[in-house]
Amino acid sequence: MFDALSARLEKVGQSLRSRGRLSDADLDEALAEVRSALLEADVELSVVRAFIEAVRTRVAGENVAQSLTPGQHVIKAVHDQLIEVLGGSPLKITYAAKPPTVILLAGLQGAGKTTTAGKLANWFKSQGRQPYLVGTDLQRPAAVEQLRVLGSQIGVGVFSEASDPVTVARKGVEEATRLGRDVVIIDTAGRLSIDAALMAEVRFIAGAVQPDYTFLVIDAVTGQDAVHTARAFHDTLALSGIIVTKLDYDARGGAVLSARGVVGRPVVFASTGEKMGDFDLFHPDRMASRILGMGDILSLIEQAERTMDADVVADSAGRMLSGQFTLDDFMAQLAQVRKMGSLGGLMKLMPGMNKEMRDAAKNVDDSQLDRIEAIVRSMTPRERRDPSIIDGSRRTRIAKGCGRTVNDVNQLLKQFDQMRKMMKTLGKGGMPGMPGMPGGSGKLAQMAGKVAAARGGELPAGFEALGAGLQAGARPGPASSGPKGKKKKGGRVTPPKTR
Amino acid sequence: MPEILVTEVAPIPTILDAPPAHPFTVPVSATTAAPATESEAPNLEQRLSSARGIFDRVRSIGQSGSLTEAQLEVIEEVLLRSDVGVATTTALLEELKTNGAPNGVAEAIRASLEASFVADRVVRREASEGRVPVWLFVGVNGVGKTTTIGKLAWRAMQDGASVVLAAGDTFRAAAADQLALWAERTGADIVRAAEGADPGSVVHDALGRAEARHADLVLADTAGRRANSTNLLDELAKIRRVADRAPGEVVETFMVLDATTGQNALSQAREFLAAASVTGIVLTKLDGTARGGIVVAIERELGIPVKFVGIGERAEDLIAFDPAVFVRSLLS
Repeated sequence: MFDALSARLEKVGQSLRSRGRLSDADLDEALAEVRSALLEADVELSVVRAFIEAVRTRVAGENVAQSLTPGQHVIKAVHDQLIEVLGGSPLKITYAAKPPTVILLAGLQGAGKTTTAGKLANWFKSQGRQPYLVGTDLQRPAAVEQLRVLGSQIGVGVFSEASDPVTVARKGVEEATRLGRDVVIIDTAGRLSIDAALMAEVRFIAGAVQPDYTFLVIDAVTGQDAVHTARAFHDTLALSGIIVTKLDYDARGGAVLSARGVVGRPVVFASTGEKMGDFDLFHPDRMASRILGMGDILSLIEQAERTMDADVVADSAGRMLSGQFTLDDFMAQLAQVRKMGSLGGLMKLMPGMNKEMRDAAKNVDDSQLDRIEAIVRSMTPRERRDPSIIDGSRRTRIAKGCGRTVNDVNQLLKQFDQMRKMMKTLGKGGMPGMPGMPGGSGKLAQMAGKVAAARGGELPAGFEALGAGLQAGARPGPASSGPKGKKKKGGRVTPPKTR
Repeated sequence: MPEILVTEVAPIPTILDAPPAHPFTVPVSATTAAPATESEAPNLEQRLSSARGIFDRVRSIGQSGSLTEAQLEVIEEVLLRSDVGVATTTALLEELKTNGAPNGVAEAIRASLEASFVADRVVRREASEGRVPVWLFVGVNGVGKTTTIGKLAWRAMQDGASVVLAAGDTFRAAAADQLALWAERTGADIVRAAEGADPGSVVHDALGRAEARHADLVLADTAGRRANSTNLLDELAKIRRVADRAPGEVVETFMVLDATTGQNALSQAREFLAAASVTGIVLTKLDGTARGGIVVAIERELGIPVKFVGIGERAEDLIAFDPAVFVRSLLS
């Protein structure tokens, strides 16, 4: 989401990187760039001003650390300030001593409240809670119906009735208590912040149910108006936090900074896609790193930890590093990777991704993995253990078995072979400098290593395999159609050498 | 900020009572100020001016012939805060510097802004002989596509046209239900399918229905989609192809845009223009505090005209866009 902003700041960083000392003029120039970038990213003007001044103070008040160039120093100041504005440490949800914990969602029309209500319920469910949804949006045609559909998709009960919003909210909480649900999420009617009647309505609802948390749902594509919205809702409701939606858009999402800056409450959750599961806690520190183009490696690792079956991965990772990686292991790892979600989504989290790569990631075709799986499944167990026995006639048979061409089979085997060699090199502790191997996984491994070091050396097993799996599966959309014997690399994503 | 809230809130109830007086059929172009437009002008201006305090500052900086740095700075701030965007603001400031302000600063900025709106704004409702005219609606999630269709259906029905709605948003839960309610309210016909059905087939069926019943217009809804996914844009292009195949003919493709949207609106417009040949913009939710300044950038850079603006919740609050009124109200 902050793609363009990070590109801009990267540019600032580059021009400064080439200089030895930072003069006042340099600083002004750098900060002017930061200002433009923030404005283009839809950060509200007064928030931008405050931000720039804070960065200036930060830079002026600190001694330039010996290890940093002056340029890095500015970048670090921007980064630190971003973290501060975006919320410091994330707000942790504590549950009411006497359940249910009541959560009220408010926001403008079209920000995505109803969908967010569903996603939030789904998230609580994944935390082992028993959520309950209450639909008080009796205004928008079919809003309650939409909530019911979402509720049935995720298996969460929905309460609403055709009375008035305050009554519905109160009865909804009572019903949740009766049913023994421990989290109640109340969806409210969308409103324009200037609409006094609707603002009064949401205030009455809040008064009636006394929510433990009141979240403002704000859309990442919002422009300068984000501050009006945030302020009006905060004045009416005393918000406890912000939920940002549509982070999967290519909007730069400055509204997040604006709203955060004005309300002074943290962004708690972020919605990043159309599926119910595309929703998670918002991580300000990670987001700040992402803004600066450092990738979201921590998110990736956490996602890997959460979904990967440690035994399976550790098992094959060990063999992988000793060079005995088989196609069976490959399949097992592929399955693990796929559990983490769509490849496109994963790739976006990886560091060192420039715009081209990110664009490619948006269009990564998961069905490519289906094809790989089909090919491997058409092999005999012995072939999977020892691909070197696969001769011409076996190739033909495999191709027939999976409905692909011999070329596809060749390509897969070739890629697998390269991957195995690379893994072996990695296992010996060498850096991957293999000719023809994309730098991406090397970089990933490098990053992963750094992160592992930072985390006391524990790196989730199989993390390298993730990079490898992505390489094998990821191709830019347009290049993925049909067999391609002619193209020598078979459309594999080759990350351009950045910087 | 509470004071501002209060001043913003106050005028709304009286405006809501104002009667609508705008016949649907009058095509409004940039140059001709039709009587109908005049009659609604105070309405739009009133609503827009509620949040325009800042523009007073431009006026207050006087009538001088050339512009000072301080004046330019104020203008820059005004434009940036209206979501006009850095690039367009810089360009407008350059124009101001070049042209000076012989008739005062406010007049100069008004002229510059108005010159940004040059596109042809005629709303097309006629298809070729034997074809059914289709209006296709595209846009990102939550901008008000379905509501816009409901309101435009109402206008067309008021005008005596027979309308078929195609519930092409088969993705969002209950989107078809929402459109069905509008059909019920307005008396329009509706063709819908189960959730998850192919939107192209819904549009195709609607065309068949419209042809059989000799309907005058088909309004086709589509699911909200982000504009940075090739797959979703391809799907949209396909829906458009289906709608444009006999007996249908797409005479307008409207991109519905939320006035609170920031700079991303430009990339939305660019992508939807490429994928679905957008012919006009419907700017919704202009009755909030947002100024919708990004349409200035869209018209300047892409030449896509704004054709309708939404200034309230009622069906009659969706009105034809008049750039002169829009700019004047920005500066009043």
